[in-house]
Amino acid sequence: MKLSSKHVTLLVLLALVAISPMLFPSGYYYRVGALIFVNAIAVTGIVILTGYAGQISLGHAGFAGIGAYACALAPVHLGLHPALAAVLGALISAVLAWLVGRPILRLRGYYLGVATLGFGILVSMVLNNERQLTGGPDGMEVPDLGLRGVLKDWGLDLTNGQFWYFFSGICLLIGAWLALNLYHSPTGRALRALHGSEIAARVVGVDVAREKLKAFVISAVYASASGSLLALQNKFITPDVAGFMHSIEMVTMAVLGGVGSVLGAVFGTAVLTLLPQVLTAFGEYEQLILGLVMMLVMIFLPAGLLPSILRKLRGAEA
Amino acid sequence: MSELLQFLFSGVTVGAVYALVALGFTIIYNASDVVNFAQGEFVMLGGMLTFAGSAAGLPLLLAAVIAILATAAMGVLMNKFAIEPARGAPVVSLIIITIGASIFIRGGTQLIFGKQIHTYPSISGDTPIRIMGATILPQSLWVILGAVLVFIGLWLFFTRTLLGRAVLATSNNRLAAQLVGINTNFVMTLSFALSAGIGALAGVLISPITMTSYDVGLALALKGFAAAMLGGMGNPKGALVGGLLLGLMEALTAGYLSSQYKDAAAFIIILAVLFFMPQGLFGRKSTERV
Repeated sequence: MKLSSKHVTLLVLLALVAISPMLFPSGYYYRVGALIFVNAIAVTGIVILTGYAGQISLGHAGFAGIGAYACALAPVHLGLHPALAAVLGALISAVLAWLVGRPILRLRGYYLGVATLGFGILVSMVLNNERQLTGGPDGMEVPDLGLRGVLKDWGLDLTNGQFWYFFSGICLLIGAWLALNLYHSPTGRALRALHGSEIAARVVGVDVAREKLKAFVISAVYASASGSLLALQNKFITPDVAGFMHSIEMVTMAVLGGVGSVLGAVFGTAVLTLLPQVLTAFGEYEQLILGLVMMLVMIFLPAGLLPSILRKLRGAEA
Repeated sequence: MSELLQFLFSGVTVGAVYALVALGFTIIYNASDVVNFAQGEFVMLGGMLTFAGSAAGLPLLLAAVIAILATAAMGVLMNKFAIEPARGAPVVSLIIITIGASIFIRGGTQLIFGKQIHTYPSISGDTPIRIMGATILPQSLWVILGAVLVFIGLWLFFTRTLLGRAVLATSNNRLAAQLVGINTNFVMTLSFALSAGIGALAGVLISPITMTSYDVGLALALKGFAAAMLGGMGNPKGALVGGLLLGLMEALTAGYLSSQYKDAAAFIIILAVLFFMPQGLFGRKSTERV
């Protein structure tokens, strides 16, 4: 039986989530794993926007910030359950992406870059400055999701690290499944067509503006969900989640791994999430090495890490 | 009245720095279609190296010249080892490469010079000059003068010299430029040196006012990028006007509305400009060939 690339990707991810814990020597690794999955959800959104549709966003952390602060604010002010708050955050992100995306997606390349950058900076500025609401740069606490307690009542007793590892892993699997389905849907085909050439896509009848906007909105929801999960997992949130560097991290992770594929993006996310953990051992050299790695990979492996490695492996077999 | 004048003074000072950063963006963009996000790091290096030189006992002017030359050399190295090998890479990859370079330079500077905030004396003292009830620092005049001179110099360079036209020709069509005998590799090297040197000059001039540390580059790069886009990427006149406008908008917002949201006003106006003029204020309308 021949498996489609979609099923291969999902099986690899599933195996990754399920089998990795057997290699974990301590509980700390569950935390890092959960962080990789949470980042990978946002990066999957970037794959849809940049990998499928070829559009750049330097402000997607803004949506992550909205998702994160929805989980912190909605329970306090609206009395919502944190899970519903995350849904509300995703809705707000989607509406905002739709409103912002309509004018700015007419722009291309660097112009789109500066427009999305501006959006991200506005969000992070509001989070930093509205102290009485968001606690400003000091951040604020996020209520407990409560799902772990429910699982315990059902007889499934997980440590906090284990719970978030598996919960984020499942969320990533769902996100990846949706993204892969989108890739093979009419929308996905339209996005890939306009990635190649907008004019050619228009000629064959693709509503370019509408399809781009769709990709932008969907990727914003991914970023928002990632922000929500991060907030709920850490039970604390600061405006850094919406900061420029976080936006850049998302794009870098996606491109580093290979922006065309979901699996590549997860791989890139894993590398860039692990790197700072490893580099703390190098202390002061952390930034130096991080910058060097970013440059070297982009120069020598322009297709991204995973596709380049796979090609090497195939080349070795042949 | 004097209040307004005061805001205008501070706006023009900051705006002149943004304009210098934006001019740096413009030069490299013209030669290679790359937007160099490490541009802010050149500004930072200008200030930090001047401080280091003068702290080591060199006269301030000599320290400044060495800082500018060293930063220009840094720009050449960056072109040689990071940009040239990645020729033809997509925009996203180039953005990541230059951001990688900026993180690298920031990390290196922090390693060598530490995290402290530094400053050094102004060129002609710190006695404020009073004009119609408002005051301006002599150093601010130096910053503004620097921006104007660099702009005039670049304008002459691009319109009056063969080399400057070679840069423009390279930006227009690399292959055609090579065919008429332009050494495009040299043009690229020159652009990076020039751009880094101008960035460093901005850092040298502004550090006595705003102080400097290893991490001031990112904010400057973002503002300079925004200013260059506002004016129309690749256009020196656009860079100058975009930078000054951005500085003025910030100062007026800070003065009359909210100092916390001064950056917001700048970006909202940029979004509005891009909405009505997607190529920026002075950008050429380009049509894509299919």
